[in-house]
Amino acid sequence: MTTPAAPPPPPYPDRSPGRDGEQAPSAPVRTPGLGDAVASEWTKIRSVRSTVWTLGVMVLLLLGVGLLTAVAIRAADADLQDEPVLSLGFFGVLLGSICVITLGVLTIASEYGTGLIRTTLAVCPSRSRVLIAKSIVFFLLSFTVTTVTAGVVGVLQTAILDGGTPTAGEWLGATVGVGLYVALLGLLALALGAVVRHSAGAITIMIGVVLLPLVLAMFMFTDTLDSVRQVLFEYSIPSQLASLYDTPITLSGPSGWDSVLILTCVTAVAMGAALASQDRRDV
Amino acid sequence: MIEAVGLTKRYGAKTAVDNLSFQVRPGAVTGFLGPNGSGKSTTMRMIVGLDRPTAGRVTVGGHPFRSLPNAPRQVGALLDAKAVHGGRSARNHLLSLAQLAGIPTARVDEVLGVVGLQDVAKRRSSGFSLGMGQRLGIAAALLGDPRVLLFDEPVNGLDPEGIHWVRNLMKQLASEGRTVFVSSHLMSEMALTADHLIVIGRGQLLSDMSVKDFISANSADFARVRVPPEPEQREKLTAALTEAGGRVMPEPDGALRVTGLPLPRISDLAHGAGVRLWQLSPHQASLEEAYMRMTQGAVDYRSTADAKEGLVPPPPPYELPPDSGLAQPPELPQRGWYAPPPPGRSPAAPAPSPHPTERETSEESR
Repeated sequence: MTTPAAPPPPPYPDRSPGRDGEQAPSAPVRTPGLGDAVASEWTKIRSVRSTVWTLGVMVLLLLGVGLLTAVAIRAADADLQDEPVLSLGFFGVLLGSICVITLGVLTIASEYGTGLIRTTLAVCPSRSRVLIAKSIVFFLLSFTVTTVTAGVVGVLQTAILDGGTPTAGEWLGATVGVGLYVALLGLLALALGAVVRHSAGAITIMIGVVLLPLVLAMFMFTDTLDSVRQVLFEYSIPSQLASLYDTPITLSGPSGWDSVLILTCVTAVAMGAALASQDRRDV
Repeated sequence: MIEAVGLTKRYGAKTAVDNLSFQVRPGAVTGFLGPNGSGKSTTMRMIVGLDRPTAGRVTVGGHPFRSLPNAPRQVGALLDAKAVHGGRSARNHLLSLAQLAGIPTARVDEVLGVVGLQDVAKRRSSGFSLGMGQRLGIAAALLGDPRVLLFDEPVNGLDPEGIHWVRNLMKQLASEGRTVFVSSHLMSEMALTADHLIVIGRGQLLSDMSVKDFISANSADFARVRVPPEPEQREKLTAALTEAGGRVMPEPDGALRVTGLPLPRISDLAHGAGVRLWQLSPHQASLEEAYMRMTQGAVDYRSTADAKEGLVPPPPPYELPPDSGLAQPPELPQRGWYAPPPPGRSPAAPAPSPHPTERETSEESR
């Protein structure tokens, strides 16, 4: 132990024995609210290594994959044809979204895994406040990091390749749109983590959600399943993400901002379920 | 003030807490005792609203915890020392809790100093020993300077110095008029810390009384008699006492435990038998013994068929084994209790296995 064998210090050094409302003037009692919870969650998310690891790997993937593609195309002197330059960032973002999903799950599930959630909820009885604060902090963080990185990658790609200049709409979709989509995907993972309460389980389910529709569609060979196959292709998460670059994998299906809207609705439903389950279940 | 009324918690078919009603009053340390799995932690969790009671209710200061205005300023709880994210530093852990509770940051450094973790505040808590983890948990409980404090097994993993510190801390918190509710399975610890005891077994209330009442209500008082070491003296006295209706039991150090007879009567009988007494002292059973009796009763009470079968026999069946000779004391389950205390141990430091010799002295001086 680090404490020397000295008589125990008084627990409240500069304070008269705390009668209610008799705090030291430097410590006015006030009722905490959502803002305090957001500050707390910001402290939590910035003080663990998993945040640095997942977001760091995501940035590396976006930059690495995006730039490598651009450099490779330039070196091969290949023709981009009608492909917009910014769409080269797609593969990096698709890989990077796994990192955001992992962080989203860990943000809540690690509290259940370590038991910290009991300490947290013994300090703040409002489950919804904690979950909403987590969501806000996580969403803003992952949105900012994704959008900025996607923007940097886009700028570098257009500089390396002298294809046509992307329009403002293309820029918006490839940065803010992609940032929103990936952050929403992470938020969906967070909601799932709150329901499942198990890191590995929730991450596995989320990766399944991202990949399974596409994989299933690939193996639907019979003609009778054609319509199902088409829907799975069009609404799979990679396709929706690609639609933000104006190059949907399939030509039909939701385009651009529709994808963001669809995912917003799905995430809202999941978050509602998470809030309801948090409020009802024992910790 | 904590008040539970008909508190019940079932997990499927298992009843963890069964119709528990009690009050924890301010200004005293209330010990919450029970064997492992008796429902202590479940009760604690229900007090802070982590588990919903199946039936009944528990309130803190008249409100259920989850509808308390500004709960972190009113209730501080240490439920599980390992309930921290190991990757976060001690200071950041406390900082996040303080921010969540709307408590100024300065208070974080203050409580770190109170629990003596200021030197390791920047270290990640995964490297902490269990004792350091307990201190961190206590720091978290103290953050809001609350009026009601809950500690679940706070001395687990602490060194004797740390245990001493926790004991004084709790007494001080109680003396400041706070409500202090401490669960433990360490009887010896509660004997030194608690003013009031709530004992549960199998989720049911077994006892709710002050420590002093608890001991006198549950103990078998006996007299310790010491006679000159000649065997015939002892045999003569034993025969006289047994004849008069007392029960005599030899102790390993040669003394006799006599139950069922008041002290003056023992003296008279000895006088009548012509036996000189070197010692005749009243002895009150320790809290440990009282607790063992009580929880055994709980098992009795719950058994279905033959209640006595398979049970550890109650500790003191102080009877003279026939013809066994007094030099060889019979096998006693609590034999290890008579081991001498290791040199240098302060009598206040709780021992892993309690020493009645130590406690006796303190109790006889009471």
